[in-house]
Amino acid sequence: MQFGIFTVGDVTVDPTTGREPTERERIKAMVAIALKAEEVGLDVFATGEHHNPPFVPSSPTTMLGYIAARTERLLLSTSTTLITTNDPVKIAEDYAMLQHLADGRVDLMMGRGNTGPVYPWFGQDIRNGIPLAIENYDLLRRLWREDVVDWQGKFRTPLQSFTSTPRPLDGVPPFVWHGSIRSPEIAEQAAYYGDGFFANHIFWPKEHTQRMVALYRQRFAHYGHGSADQAVVGLGGQVFMRRNSQDAVREFRPYFDNAPVYGHGPSLEEFTRETPLTVGSPQQVIDRTLGFREYVGDYQRQLFLIDHAGLPLKTVLEQLDLLGEEVVPVLRKEFDALRPAHVPEAPTHASLLAARDATAATR
Amino acid sequence: MSRRILAVVSAGLNQPSSSRLLADQLAAAARDELVGRGADVELRVIELREYAHDVVNHLLTGFPPAGLRQALDTVAGADGLIAVTPIFNASYNGLFKAFFDVVDRDALTGRPVLIGATGGTARHSLALEHAVRPMFAYLRSVVMPTAVFAAPEDWSGDRDESALRSRIRRAATELAEEVARRPAATGPADPFALTTSFEELLAGRDPA
Repeated sequence: MQFGIFTVGDVTVDPTTGREPTERERIKAMVAIALKAEEVGLDVFATGEHHNPPFVPSSPTTMLGYIAARTERLLLSTSTTLITTNDPVKIAEDYAMLQHLADGRVDLMMGRGNTGPVYPWFGQDIRNGIPLAIENYDLLRRLWREDVVDWQGKFRTPLQSFTSTPRPLDGVPPFVWHGSIRSPEIAEQAAYYGDGFFANHIFWPKEHTQRMVALYRQRFAHYGHGSADQAVVGLGGQVFMRRNSQDAVREFRPYFDNAPVYGHGPSLEEFTRETPLTVGSPQQVIDRTLGFREYVGDYQRQLFLIDHAGLPLKTVLEQLDLLGEEVVPVLRKEFDALRPAHVPEAPTHASLLAARDATAATR
Repeated sequence: MSRRILAVVSAGLNQPSSSRLLADQLAAAARDELVGRGADVELRVIELREYAHDVVNHLLTGFPPAGLRQALDTVAGADGLIAVTPIFNASYNGLFKAFFDVVDRDALTGRPVLIGATGGTARHSLALEHAVRPMFAYLRSVVMPTAVFAAPEDWSGDRDESALRSRIRRAATELAEEVARRPAATGPADPFALTTSFEELLAGRDPA
């Protein structure tokens, strides 16, 4: 099972000091967090993509390429790549390039983006969100799998004899996850292609995740990619830890109360009850996270959100120490012991390459 | 006739509240009318005061806490709705509007709705026509022609109450007729149900 972190990349005032980091500080902090993730033994770092303040990560492959050069083992991913407003041609090129630079340590998570005004800045319309996600991704797949593409669709100019360069590393496209909170069409899309499905699983009740994953698993089997329990599922999660749980609650409360998204709304206690947010000791995080399996089944990837709402870098790095030293080793062991042998790990470049070569050998 | 569920929503803030009193009288009259038509009627009363914080939290976070979820499902899954609000500043109160702002956009389409209101003076009565009725029209509900407003004099013992009673009876009859001529409601729609297949989604593309 893969464990990692995902970041939104928000620039938010630290409510305890009133200080707002500069964009440079935030960007450098994201890099420091990624490097620390590798250092403490996590598997995945995923960055969001946004094109509006207060967010900084508009150029994910620039950041991930830089992190790739400074890491050895960390898998670089996105949370999410905007399949609606990005040109699929540019996604094909950028991430194939990143694959080569990172020696295959790359996958992507597709998302639509839910901010209406962003769409027209890129020549699109949020009302076409689902059709854009369907058409653009179908083209992206072809660009990675066919050397020469002739294509015509609704949302971009036609392609005549187009070759996306560089070609994917070893001819193996990056593995793709599709992220969605509550659009059944996206679970269906992931199932159709046999891609992974990632339930954001933060800020929302677990019932959303449960329903979406169940639908994805059922349709994954329907399309013949394997049994429902072999579908590739990733979950988000949000945690804040201190060794003593009362300390965690006390320290996190001002960040919670003033956070974007849910701040000034429900209490910390209500929100931890209604959503997967866990604020407490490492043992509480372990227990809650192991519980996720009870409503989604055995799954392949767990990403934690640990760096939003203005939390200072030092605090985030301490969270990573706790994750790496106390939480993830236990989760790895427990989840591995529970998972039946026929349930696969999440695909990596190495496993996809091996599978491709095995298929070729039997032909 | 089969079993029918009437959701009764009151946005009264005082306890006891005159909006709740009006809602109860409308509900009882509508129930009697439906029972007279052979229906088995269940009334489900929702006092919005109890969900005030939950409604605001829903507005801020985008999802309802579990208790509010049940109330929303009750409204979305009922055969008919009776909705009563106090009139503040010439319109429904904020709690009433906030609650219906978090009701799913399509949840009340085609649903028979009886609207009622209370206020400190009879001069507020047309707020039902210029504020409450248009809101339900936007939600594509079927709003009963008779809207019932109760002013302080309607409750006072020193005046003939038959005027209010007859308005309640007329409105309740209208609601009962609309509910009775529809098939029984099937409950709230499932937002996670897949209503298309991927082949259809892909085919939405113009042919190359």
